[in-house]
Amino acid sequence: MSKFKKDSGQKGAPGVSTASLPDIVFMLLFFFMVTTVMRETDLKVDVKKPEAEAVTRLEKKSLVDYIYIGPATTKYRSQYGAEPRIQLDDQIATQATEVGGFIQRKRAERDPKDIDFVTTSLKVDEKTTMGIVSRVKHELREVDALKINYSTSKKRVKN
Amino acid sequence: MARRKIEEINAGSMADIAFLLLIFFLVTTTMDTDEGIVRTLPQKLPPDYKMEVEINARDVFEVLVNANDQLLVENEYIQIDQLKEKTKEFLTNPSNREGLPIMEEITVERCKEEISRRKEAQEKAEPSLQGILKAEIAEWEDKLAAAEKVGPFKTLPKLAIISLRNDNGTSYKMYVQVQDALQGAINDLRNEWSQRVYQENFTDWSSSKDEDKDKIKIIRAIVPQRIAEQEPKNIPAY
Repeated sequence: MSKFKKDSGQKGAPGVSTASLPDIVFMLLFFFMVTTVMRETDLKVDVKKPEAEAVTRLEKKSLVDYIYIGPATTKYRSQYGAEPRIQLDDQIATQATEVGGFIQRKRAERDPKDIDFVTTSLKVDEKTTMGIVSRVKHELREVDALKINYSTSKKRVKN
Repeated sequence: MARRKIEEINAGSMADIAFLLLIFFLVTTTMDTDEGIVRTLPQKLPPDYKMEVEINARDVFEVLVNANDQLLVENEYIQIDQLKEKTKEFLTNPSNREGLPIMEEITVERCKEEISRRKEAQEKAEPSLQGILKAEIAEWEDKLAAAEKVGPFKTLPKLAIISLRNDNGTSYKMYVQVQDALQGAINDLRNEWSQRVYQENFTDWSSSKDEDKDKIKIIRAIVPQRIAEQEPKNIPAY
């Protein structure tokens, strides 16, 4: 008798099972793992992209090389000064001619048939003057990396 | 005696572990899609190269930006917000104004004629010219496809270009604004055409989708994009 009584007595609703929670979180996790790309570089220059309206979206991320131009971040300012600098991969370039070598290095890593489709995305701080940008463009022409993209952010609508 | 039921494994901490991983990925990854203005730089030319073709002054839309971010368009000071309209006028020349390019009439017959003429020339041409002829044939074939789709249309003459020159002191922000206005003008005209022909926006199409590729080709043949970025005279050392 007492055997049966024990069960029916004190308990209310059973605790909510949280067993499916990990599944949900894993699903989210996989989503992020699939949709995102690892951030490959550590930015050493400050880049505030200018705004533009008539923009095109870069579709194949694997076929894009990035060149950053802007003043060094506060951490590196003592070393590089406040003048705009060119960052290639993780390094700040000391000479503009390094751009050519950088592009060629990137090319060597790629499938030869993709090379014509590679875009070089210039992420330039809006306060930079065009001199340094023209210099980089000149270097890109030298190595035949002709497809470029002036990276911008979407224009915010002003009311 | 009945066997004891095996107790359920507590999976509560699994969620924590998964969350940890999730947060790691959230932090280390970038979500932002890279957007911007796409341009193709002119090819590097041999140092002794001389342009053989003479370009009519009316076929060049000259945009200059100086070190003070002032804009000189066709020898006239204008404000940045006027640039888009000016560019559109150059690209279409609606009222046949003097000083703007004379639009070329493209018909199916004309395209066929041009293609056959070039194909004939191709048979006799030297290898150095083959590439140019091939590109020209491809260009006329696109125009032919466009003319078949939309009927006769008017387009920019072959040599008409937008020439953009900046100074070393021009700010990048201004430069992008100028590029944006030029691109905006072209996009607007292309959207007008694609709305008329397909009831869709050109800017919504993607070149990576097969069904859009032909449509893009046709609209591009009608409204070509020819923006030449001139190199400033002395580029500073770095």
